[in-house]
Amino acid sequence: MTAFGDLVDAVIIGAGVVGCAMARRFSVEGASVVVLERAPDILSGASKANSAILHTGFDAPPGSVELQCMQSGYDEYMQIRESFNLPILETGAMVAAWDDSEEGRLPELLDQALLNGVADARLLGRAEVLAREPALGTHVRAALLVPREIIIDPWSAPLAYAMQAKALGARFQFNAGLLSARFDGDLWHLETPSGTLAARSVINSAGIQGDSVERMLLGEAQFEIRPRKGQFVVFDKAAAKHLRTILLPVPTARTKGVVLTRTIFGNLLVGPTAEEQEERERPDVTRPELDMLIAKAVELVPALAQAQVTAVYAGLRPASEEKHYRVHCLPEKGYFCAGGIRSTGLTAALGIARHVHGLWAQSRTAGGERFAAPPTFPLPNLAEHLPRDWQTPGHDGIVCHCEMVTGREIEAALGSPLPPGDFGGLRRRTRCAMGRCQGFNCLARLASLTEGRLSVPIAPEVDP
Amino acid sequence: MSAETYDVAIVGGGPAGLSAAIELKRRGVAKVALFERGTELGGIPRHCGHPPFGMREFGRILTGQAYARRLAGAAVAAGVTILAKYTVVHTGPDGLLTVASPAGIQTIQAARILIATGAREATRAQLLVPGVRPLGVMNTAALQAFVYQEGRIPFRRPVIVGSELVSLSAILTCRSHGIRPVAMVETEHEVQARPAFFALPRVLGVPVMTGAQVLAIEGSPRVTSVRLRLADGKETVLDCDGLIFSGRFIPEAALAEASALALDLGTGGPVIDQHGRSSDPNIFVVGNMIHPIETAGYCWAEGRRVARLIAAELANARNAEPDKTPGRRIIAGAGLKYVVPQRLTLEGRGTVPALNIRAIGAARGRLILSDGSGTVLRTQSVNTAPQKSIRFSLAGLNLAVDSSDLQLRLEPRP
Ligand SMILES: Cc1cc2nc3c(=O)[nH]c(=O)nc-3n(C[C@H](O)[C@H](O)[C@H](O)COP(=O)(O)OP(=O)(O)OC[C@H]3O[C@@H](n4cnc5c(N)ncnc54)[C@H](O)[C@@H]3O)c2cc1C
Ligand SMILES: Cc1cc2nc3c(=O)[nH]c(=O)nc-3n(C[C@H](O)[C@H](O)[C@H](O)COP(=O)(O)OP(=O)(O)OC[C@H]3O[C@@H](n4cnc5c(N)ncnc54)[C@H](O)[C@@H]3O)c2cc1C
Repeated sequence: MTAFGDLVDAVIIGAGVVGCAMARRFSVEGASVVVLERAPDILSGASKANSAILHTGFDAPPGSVELQCMQSGYDEYMQIRESFNLPILETGAMVAAWDDSEEGRLPELLDQALLNGVADARLLGRAEVLAREPALGTHVRAALLVPREIIIDPWSAPLAYAMQAKALGARFQFNAGLLSARFDGDLWHLETPSGTLAARSVINSAGIQGDSVERMLLGEAQFEIRPRKGQFVVFDKAAAKHLRTILLPVPTARTKGVVLTRTIFGNLLVGPTAEEQEERERPDVTRPELDMLIAKAVELVPALAQAQVTAVYAGLRPASEEKHYRVHCLPEKGYFCAGGIRSTGLTAALGIARHVHGLWAQSRTAGGERFAAPPTFPLPNLAEHLPRDWQTPGHDGIVCHCEMVTGREIEAALGSPLPPGDFGGLRRRTRCAMGRCQGFNCLARLASLTEGRLSVPIAPEVDP
Repeated sequence: MSAETYDVAIVGGGPAGLSAAIELKRRGVAKVALFERGTELGGIPRHCGHPPFGMREFGRILTGQAYARRLAGAAVAAGVTILAKYTVVHTGPDGLLTVASPAGIQTIQAARILIATGAREATRAQLLVPGVRPLGVMNTAALQAFVYQEGRIPFRRPVIVGSELVSLSAILTCRSHGIRPVAMVETEHEVQARPAFFALPRVLGVPVMTGAQVLAIEGSPRVTSVRLRLADGKETVLDCDGLIFSGRFIPEAALAEASALALDLGTGGPVIDQHGRSSDPNIFVVGNMIHPIETAGYCWAEGRRVARLIAAELANARNAEPDKTPGRRIIAGAGLKYVVPQRLTLEGRGTVPALNIRAIGAARGRLILSDGSGTVLRTQSVNTAPQKSIRFSLAGLNLAVDSSDLQLRLEPRP
């Protein structure tokens, strides 16, 4: 069996947004890191399919680890985003009430927001709501405005974390799912399909498999993943003009409910559903739920009755049998877990990484040296409202016309230090084939351009 | 920066745009520019390695690729300024265009703009098809680009969804490249193109399943099967390694939308009058963008017809305002998906071509044209397959008598 080089301080299992943030934090703090990801690329689980909202935590459980991680994650994102050219769309969010009982709940939501330190949250009357969002259904009653809820690029952000980790020496192993593990009282010995490695500690950020990975490592798991599917419908860019503010429903005990929001790429998104299911590996879309989402969107903004659909997708939240995050550790075994990061992980990832690194550092006497000024680099901008590559002369032509992706951008992604492992990864890095034609025009060209450069090729077979 | 100026700026180098460009030059229009976002001219036909194309234009049957080359050659020979790798990102008002190319972003000024951006097939997302999202799911046009342009075989045993003419192109494309379609699935209860054509899949041993719903696409990372509910209510699983979503065309209307042209909900493309003029008097629209979908020959003829009108307008009234008469609306009533044009400008030049109509489903019965007072002006009996276009002649009708809305509806045969 091949060994992946020397003994490392920490092996991180799973390269979702949490794993990527973890790799960055540990690397910045001077730890040697290997990330094991079973898929061909980062962001292949829950992190590839979310609503892309950076939350303030206004409705998170007061005093929770989740709230603390969300708020420190939010702040850190805002601190580092410029050095990585990561975009934000400052939309604010409105929790809109559509009937008496919902309206009656807004004051308590405001109280919770204030308690959670979201001091700029405030109530809006019907006229103010409609003045801000004239396309809303006129039966809207009132809303809670949360100005600092914003939209981000959900893929470039974790990619930046991973790339910084990589620049600091972290190694990413793809197609390397953890198969088995043994702790010899001092070190972990981990087996993957592509080799074994030894590590001083293991960080479990395996998302939907968090419990099974914990069981593999410790023999039993403290928590149980209960997958909760969220389906989405993405409307064409022409629909985005109907809404500026993120539109949230009054939450129920079980879910944050269906959101209507712009995306940073210029589309309008409705979703997610919240469907409990046993199945962990099959985020399928289903017709009744897609129909329901479209009907919901039209109910909120009637003009969407004419909107065209660009994409549909689903993600599986790594929820557990309890509502809160499942962050825990066994320092004597060098085991740390960031599990059950259900529905706020995009926001909280940097905070979770800081928190878990804190637990890890406490358990150790010596450590590597912290990088005072870790390297930063601008990521290509994919946000619609900011300058894109096609607007800068010298690109070699547009390959994906719907999303205006240039040949230069495709080449840059394929040649980057953390290149895509599959077509999904290329799409997330460049937006190619993500637009209204879904590859009608560019798919075949992309198959040729990516020839020999994706571990899962688009279409490997060449006509003999 | 002063804008480059042209008499006519054409957006899109498919059959409609190319034929308009050639005709404008023939009619003596001095400066005609054609902007094509792709690297080559020809539009969809440039990756159709199969016939039939060109009968109407060249009096012979060509493959799409040969046809595209001929049309492109004719445009060059006619002296059209061809700008490939130029994407028009915005048009109007007042004839201004914003174009993007590897050289950067430019503003162009044109006396008239002609948009001919075509149509594309509906995706599995637009059709809200359930299941997971593996590799190997694509439209017919993408399949054709794989095999004819890139020399690649994306799958060997696909299921074809749809039963329009283009679905037959999908079968032919597959069969000429050793790809064996497993089945052709149509969600409606009858095939969408003329039923006689469906001897073809039967001859080739491809079962045609009408009234079948796709319940789920399965597989990761590639398609492995598709689960169907058949017309008789039974469920079945077809093993396959790809899916071709064919037809259900949608106009490529992003530019029209961005440019705030009035759109028709029936076609999904811009509202036009019988001369192809959009809601912006400087902007004309031709080709599949206004009627998804017709043959290349039809779009070619339409491009030529509208070009003549533009040439005449420019010649007669060099500096005059374009025709802004509001005209008379034609509403698609019961049973009809769309009627093109949606507007008649009565004092305008040129003859009124037949209305181009598509019914919702198959059309069997009587088409009835009436005016604002409900008076029936003309009827015509019809009997056509679902995705087939219907022509309704207005010849001999005096429509200039009033300006009330006209309505066309389908009265099904009892
Ligand atoms: C529908 C939906 C909407 C959401 N909206 C938002 C939002 O608007 N804002 C927000 O902040 N958050 C949102 N979230 C939450 C956020 O997406 C998740 O909290 C976050 O993605 C979880 O990240 P993760 O890294 O824990 O899990 P994942 O992204 O699932 O990553 C886990 C990784 O571990 C890998 N793995 C599993 N088993 C193994 C193994 N044995 N060996 C190696 N690797 C393994 C998987 O392949 C996967 O890549 C949403 C989530 C969903 C599903
Ligand atoms: C798979 C398939 C098979 C077919 N087979 C046949 C057949 O056998 N026989 C037949 O007669 N017809 C066939 N057709 C139909 C035929 O292709 C169309 O009727 C014809 O191409 C329509 O011409 P068009 O000019 O309207 O649009 P298109 O051919 O679609 O051309 C539009 C052009 O506009 C360009 N464009 C779009 N937006 C912009 C922009 N913003 N800026 C610049 N350029 C832009 C596009 O790149 C494209 O080149 C087939 C169609 C398909 C999809």
